[in-house]
Order: sequence, then C-alpha cells, then structure tokens
Amino acid sequence: MNRVVITGLGCISPIGSSVAAFRENLFAGNTGISTIADVPDAPDGNPGVRYTQAAQVFDFDPSQHLTSGVIAASNRNTQFAIVAARQAAQQADLLKYHNPGDIAIIMGCACGGRSSEEHEVKGLYTRDARAHPLTIVRTMSSAGASQISIDLKITGPALDISTACASATHAIGLAFHMVRSGMATAAITGGHEAPLSFGFYRAWDSMRVVSPTRCRPFSADRDGMTLGEGAAIFAIETLESAQARNAPIFAEIVGFGMSADASHITNPSVEGAATAMRKALADANASPDEVGYINAHGTGTQANDSTESAAIHQVFGARAPHIPVSSTKALHGHSIGASGAIEALATILALQAQRLPHTAGVTTPDASLNVDVITGTPRPADTTRPVAISNSLAFGGLNAVIALRRFS
Amino acid sequence: MDDIATRCIEIIAKSKNIPADTINLDTTFEQLNIDSLDKINISFEVEEAFDINIPDEALGSLKNVGDVVNGVRQLVANKPPKVATS
Repeated sequence: MNRVVITGLGCISPIGSSVAAFRENLFAGNTGISTIADVPDAPDGNPGVRYTQAAQVFDFDPSQHLTSGVIAASNRNTQFAIVAARQAAQQADLLKYHNPGDIAIIMGCACGGRSSEEHEVKGLYTRDARAHPLTIVRTMSSAGASQISIDLKITGPALDISTACASATHAIGLAFHMVRSGMATAAITGGHEAPLSFGFYRAWDSMRVVSPTRCRPFSADRDGMTLGEGAAIFAIETLESAQARNAPIFAEIVGFGMSADASHITNPSVEGAATAMRKALADANASPDEVGYINAHGTGTQANDSTESAAIHQVFGARAPHIPVSSTKALHGHSIGASGAIEALATILALQAQRLPHTAGVTTPDASLNVDVITGTPRPADTTRPVAISNSLAFGGLNAVIALRRFS
Repeated sequence: MDDIATRCIEIIAKSKNIPADTINLDTTFEQLNIDSLDKINISFEVEEAFDINIPDEALGSLKNVGDVVNGVRQLVANKPPKVATS
C-alpha cells in the first residue's frame, strides 16, 4: 500500500482566503465570527432569528478569479471550491507530474447551492417567476467536483459526498484510501459550503442549537454553535511521487475511520464517535499513546461537546484528560459540509508548526468534561506524540475521523 | 440609442462585469468573450427585463449586441396585449 502525503493546501475561509492568512489568524486566535450581514431574499436583509453572529467570508470576489460564464453557472460554494482547489493544485504542481486521468476529485458538500435554490423558489412562490436556466447546475451538490475537474482538466474519478457535518472528512478519508490503494495516484479533496441564506438561518434557528451569543466549545457556559461558510481543499498523493520531485510535504495522512450511530437523528452517541476514532487509529496502525492532539468536532453545543469528550475517554482511557484538545470552530464557525476540511487544515498546520491552536472564546473550561482543552494561547506540541486526529460527527449519527502524522 | 438598446447593453455589461460605455450595437459576442454560459445568462436577464420569451431557434443566431437589441424590439412589439382581469 502507498503512503499518502499532503502536498498542496488551499482555503477560502472566514479567517482568510489564503492559507497564509488562515495560519496567521489560527494561531493568533482572531475570530472570523461577526454580525450577520444583509441576507439576500430576507425582508430588509434581516433573517429574523434569535442569533446575530455568523462566520462569513468577506474578502472573496469571484470576478478576480473566474470568468463571467462560470460565475453565472455556479453558486458561491462552488466558486470557493474552484479557487481553493487551484491554490492546492498549484502549490503541489500536481498536474505536471500526475496523469489527469489518475487524479481523483473527492469533495464534501452537503448543502449544495442552497442560496440559489432559495432565491429561485422565492420567485416561483411569490410571483410565479421563471427559473434561471442555470439553476440546476448552480444548485447540485456535485457542482464543486465538476467545476474543479473542468477548471483543472482532471479526468479521473470525481464525486461529491454529502454526509452533513462529516462530508469533508468522509471525502478526505475516501480520497486517502483511493490513493493508498493505488486506485488513483493523487487526489484533490476537501470540502466547500456557502449555505448562509435566509431559509438556512431560519431552519437552524428553529433547531435551537445556534448560540445566541457566540460559539465557545468546551466552555462551561457554552450555548450553541455558530454557522459559517468556506472551503479547504488539499492536493494529496503518494509519498513516492511527492519525493520523486521534491514536492512540499505538509503532513502524512495515516488513517481514516467511520461509523454510524444508528440511534437518533439529532442526539449523538458516545459509542459511534468512539468507534470512528478507534477505527481511524487502527487504520493508521497507530496506538492511542502516539496521539498528541485532537482537533475536536467541538461545535459548542451541550450535546456534542459532552458526547465527544465521553468518547475521547472511552478511546484513550487514563490518558484522556491529558491529551490536548481544541476546537477551532470559535474562529471559523461551523461550515457544515466544509467543516471537516477546514479543521483538517488547522490540524495539518498544527503538525507542521508543532504548535497546537487554542479554543478561542472559552470563559471557563467545563471541568465536568475532564478533557485537556487548550485555552488562551496556542501550546507547543509534544514532539514525542506525532499523530493528530480530526473528528467530524454529523447530525444523523454519521461519524468520520482522519488521523494525520507529522512528516519529518 | 433607444431605451431597449440602452437596457440590453446594461444587462450585457453587468453580466460581463465591464463598463457599459465599452459596448455598442456593433460589438460582437466574440469581442466580449461571451461563452455559452454567458449567453444563457444574458438571455435570461433580457427575458426578465422585458418580460419576453426568446425562442430557442433565435438563441443560436445571436452574434452581436445589435442582434440582441433587434430581437428584443421584435418580441416586445409582438407581445400580446395584457388582458384586464378585474
């Protein structure tokens, strides 16, 4: 089996539309969460919800990157995907080395072109409006994978995975397995999402899981998640191909685990999350003792953070209270199908810098969780424990965990 | 230039993200780098603006801005009168 490494990074996020900006804000703890801007299609631009904050991308201008035709045919999430994929592919110089037919594109996106869909449906229901002829291609969840293939001229297997908040982690895991097995020699993989629209805000408001203040994972006074948008996309390939041309190697992907809770459509289970973590470590052939950092799903809801902490205890036993844990969602929000990729990026940068990002916004860590939440400032990594895991635990009980190893 | 021509040029300029004063009736789609997706988008915006339906067969024959303006003029002139419903 091939060893698989990450040789290109790309992102469009609330804390930066380049990896350099993301890195700077990640370690500085600068949040991308701010007051919700005017919402198209909402009366007076006001979504009319109980919360006021979201993690929005303000510095992305598609006309700086894309032709007018592609802009007309794509929703914002797809535009993020094309640009982030370009960043990753260019950094890795992937297409100069790999046959386009041997490169896979595996994307995570759960919400598709939600804002375009809402806009069209509003026109239909309120004034019997005609639909824009590009509505279908704007709204299909697979549009990101398609547009990346068109943009980069990649002809290998390409698909979208939609598993709610675990979409991107499932995508990265599948891409990893494809390259490891030899089904593809390289892959463009990650996630993208831009769901911040009137109906989306309202639907999440009705679930009563969005923070009326601001997301602060693992804090004793946490009161919910904060919605976000963005994309993170990676170029991955065999270690052999990366080394053959001296490509930059940011980290090695060593394991992928997944599970289904099979219990409840909204309440997460400890067993499901623990199983996915165990499987990722087994797939990596790594022992729990090698894990020096957990990038938690850490949504900031009561249910997630307590269940995830209990799962960490189940997997790591006596070491559980001593493994550094953080959730970076207090910086970039919860971008649903993209969140696993954005958090994988944070994890990769942490491994590379040997510096673990803190959980911003925590007032008092919830002592009842009994996990070692990094607060205040980033913490130096324990260099004797080179493995990190990144958890994604979706509504509907679909869990995905990837294991990464520092490459040296 | 009449109102129909002005509005058509504004729609094309907005779609291509370029100043309207760089477009005139003789400007070709080729000069504007209008691809098939642009053409679909611009046709829809024109239909919306003038409340018309561009026939499928007409879409393929559009080569320059003047073609669009002339086509819109014809379709607007041939629009059936609105029937009062009260």
